[in-house]
Amino acid sequence: MLNYFSRKLSLLFFITFGVTVFVFSLNYMFPTDVLSSMSGLTNISEQDYLAISEKYHLNQSVFIQYFAFIGRILEGDWGVSFITGTSIYEQVFRVLPATIELAIYALFYSFIIAIPLGVLASSETYPWLDKSILALSIIGFSMPIFWLALLLILVFSIGLGWFPTSGRLSLIYNIPSSSGFLLWDILRSNVDYKAEAFVDALRHLALPSFVLAAYPTTVLIRTTRQSMKDVMNTNYVKAAKAKGLSTSQLLRRHGLRNGLLPVIQMLGMHFGTVITLAMVTEVIFAWPGVGSWLVDAIHQRDYPAIQGGLLVISGMVFIATILFDLLYMIFDPIARIRGHGKI
Amino acid sequence: MKSKQLITIKRFAHMSFTALFCLFVASCGKNNQAALAHKTLLYCSEGSPETFNPQLVTSGTTIDAVSQQIYNRLVRINSKTGLVTSDLAQKVIVSEDAMRYRFYLRKDVAFHTTAYFTPTRTLTSEDVLFTFSRILHLDHAYNSVGGGLYPFFDGMGLETLIEQIIVVDDLTIEFRLSEPQASFLANMATDFAIILSAEYGQQLAEKDQKERIDQLPVGTGPFKFNQYKRDHYIRYTANKQYWEGAPQLEQVIFDITPNNSNRVAKLLTKECDVLGYPSSADVEFLQQKEDIDIVESSSMNVSYWAFNTNVPPFDNANVRKALSYVVDRQAIIDAVYFNHAEAASTLVPPSSWAYSEENTDIELSLEKAKALLEQEGFADGFEMDIWAMPVQRVYNPNATKMAEILQQNLAKVGVKANIVTYDWGTFRKKLYQGEHDSVLIGWLADNSDPDNFYRPLLSCASAFSGSNRSAWCNEEYDKNIFSALSTTDPEIRQQYYQKAEQLIFEHSPLVPIAHALRYQVHRNYIKDVEFNPYGGIGFFQTYKEKN
Repeated sequence: MLNYFSRKLSLLFFITFGVTVFVFSLNYMFPTDVLSSMSGLTNISEQDYLAISEKYHLNQSVFIQYFAFIGRILEGDWGVSFITGTSIYEQVFRVLPATIELAIYALFYSFIIAIPLGVLASSETYPWLDKSILALSIIGFSMPIFWLALLLILVFSIGLGWFPTSGRLSLIYNIPSSSGFLLWDILRSNVDYKAEAFVDALRHLALPSFVLAAYPTTVLIRTTRQSMKDVMNTNYVKAAKAKGLSTSQLLRRHGLRNGLLPVIQMLGMHFGTVITLAMVTEVIFAWPGVGSWLVDAIHQRDYPAIQGGLLVISGMVFIATILFDLLYMIFDPIARIRGHGKI
Repeated sequence: MKSKQLITIKRFAHMSFTALFCLFVASCGKNNQAALAHKTLLYCSEGSPETFNPQLVTSGTTIDAVSQQIYNRLVRINSKTGLVTSDLAQKVIVSEDAMRYRFYLRKDVAFHTTAYFTPTRTLTSEDVLFTFSRILHLDHAYNSVGGGLYPFFDGMGLETLIEQIIVVDDLTIEFRLSEPQASFLANMATDFAIILSAEYGQQLAEKDQKERIDQLPVGTGPFKFNQYKRDHYIRYTANKQYWEGAPQLEQVIFDITPNNSNRVAKLLTKECDVLGYPSSADVEFLQQKEDIDIVESSSMNVSYWAFNTNVPPFDNANVRKALSYVVDRQAIIDAVYFNHAEAASTLVPPSSWAYSEENTDIELSLEKAKALLEQEGFADGFEMDIWAMPVQRVYNPNATKMAEILQQNLAKVGVKANIVTYDWGTFRKKLYQGEHDSVLIGWLADNSDPDNFYRPLLSCASAFSGSNRSAWCNEEYDKNIFSALSTTDPEIRQQYYQKAEQLIFEHSPLVPIAHALRYQVHRNYIKDVEFNPYGGIGFFQTYKEKN
């Protein structure tokens, strides 16, 4: 177990190394002054130039510069934005919770929809149900989510007027941000429109989380269905059946426990895709998360912000992937022995 | 053990389904009539303001966002009559020669109390002096703050116009001009001429934070600055101590949404209540919606076709006149403005007080055009260039299309027209150098005074300085428009302008084509939005009905 854990940690270390090297080298690849792109300061005067380049070790070798860069990242000195002139570190961690919140609710949605559907589809009693669920999941899987999002906006926002088209919370409500997780912040806030703000936040959340849930749901349905089929065909399940267990007993005692293991692994593998899709979703619904923030930075050629955004998003994906791996390992003892995992 | 776990799983599943159900019910519930929501107005604006001080800009976006909400002016323009009325100054006395203007300020006008400033005194003439000294005196402590450029005041020549500002007493201040100028009051009433707090300025100077005066604004207007997030929103709260009474709304929020269709979508979903600058196509679409009101107003603008009178054959007034007969205004209004404009026969739009019904017998007559051209010896026609401005403006959404319509009619009278266009920078430079035959361009006035049309567009002085695209100089015309400036009596001034208009009609240095209409769209439960054709939007008296 420890062995596995340390292997994963060393993997994390090497990946982090690769990404930081890439992000660091961006400083040299952006079509702007190296010092500007590192510090985020534009129009540096000649007197200041020397002092600042000393601080950034520009007069020393690239290796020293790289370690100085790592040092600054650890200290939280990520430079300032070209556009707003404020600290990138603060900006990123202010918008990050919005993305995490959206991704968590979307995954939650897909869990509670996909797993029952997947189990139903795996049942051999109703082949028509299997086919229709599978068809549905293929439609969902192949539907581009930006198109789905626009369709939903057209029907539910503009047509029926049920949900707002953009943002996290109506501008009417001014909720002080403490944790950055909006629903939690609203509950903890000290305003007299708490209930209205909470309902409003849920209404804002409905469409984006549904859109973002579409892809993981379809993947989960298919994974669940396949692995349930496999499990239900194993000898131990057959033996249990022969002993006279009912279908529900079979499902509960053997089927789900074993059948859901690959689902955890699948989630880990698709987390990166979900984050990418979250960025698209954020842009469409003007959700103020790290994705739309990064897209804005790219549009505005805000180089320091692009670096910060890359670092955080890739970091988030690694950590989540490794966490899912560990979770899988904790639940599945066989994986520990095999060590390298399986697909 | 296993069954216990199972129960927890079951309970968890049960809870999550309940949660999902609650979410669904809550989400689908009707917009509830929350107290705060009912007292909040959401305005979808098209961009972020550059600053919170209108003195420094000319952009309509900033004016809309800032001017009428935070500040007051000495005088203002009544949006219905177009005439100047009192604002911070309850009375103005103008000397007979129109060179001395004495403003009597209101008593007990409080500046905003905000998180960053608490005023200790009410408005006095010192504040007015501070405001204008900042613009006028290069050595003033605040002159260079925020860039040091005051484009509107530079344009009207305030620096040379004002000879002296005299503080008579705490509530009386006098402006002495170096030459008579009847449009001075109209300029003082524009959204640029707002009054700042001298006390706030002094406080910031002591803390060495001068630039904050334009970023964390303090004014006397109906709303106070609360929060601003660039490219996201501006939040204003009601100024309960406003001298005209507390506003009906608790909050005014500018939701900054640059994308046209996103703004319309937000209006449809009630994410915003009022919408600025809808596109012509959107207006058409929104007209079909029952719960959306559209307010149309003629804004002070004109689009026109100017001939370069230095270049033959356009130095010949009859040729110009002939060409003016081929302009098919109705076709242009249909195709270029989608019917959101009125045909122009004069420089000033009909909503201006200087407009008169005479000189309005414009007509489309290819026969007359042909006859006139033959008479001048152009029976076989000639070849000419039409320069079409490359950018979209309120007064001309599509100059190239306009040029194409002219081109077709010109061909019918034997004139071959080539459409020429450059990028906007080059275009203006070449225009300034007078390289054009004729140009399709327009004008958007900054204030309600007709002088703002007649002088910059056709006077001899502007023929040299550049804004007179016809390079036309007529002594009689100049005499009339300058006589109109030397008196403040609107009736006498109107007569002078009527004569000037007559001269334009006879000589045709330019052909007025259309006055574009401006639109403001709002949900029908919003009442009393102040939509001023001469400036920014105001929400002082606005309220929301139950919806």
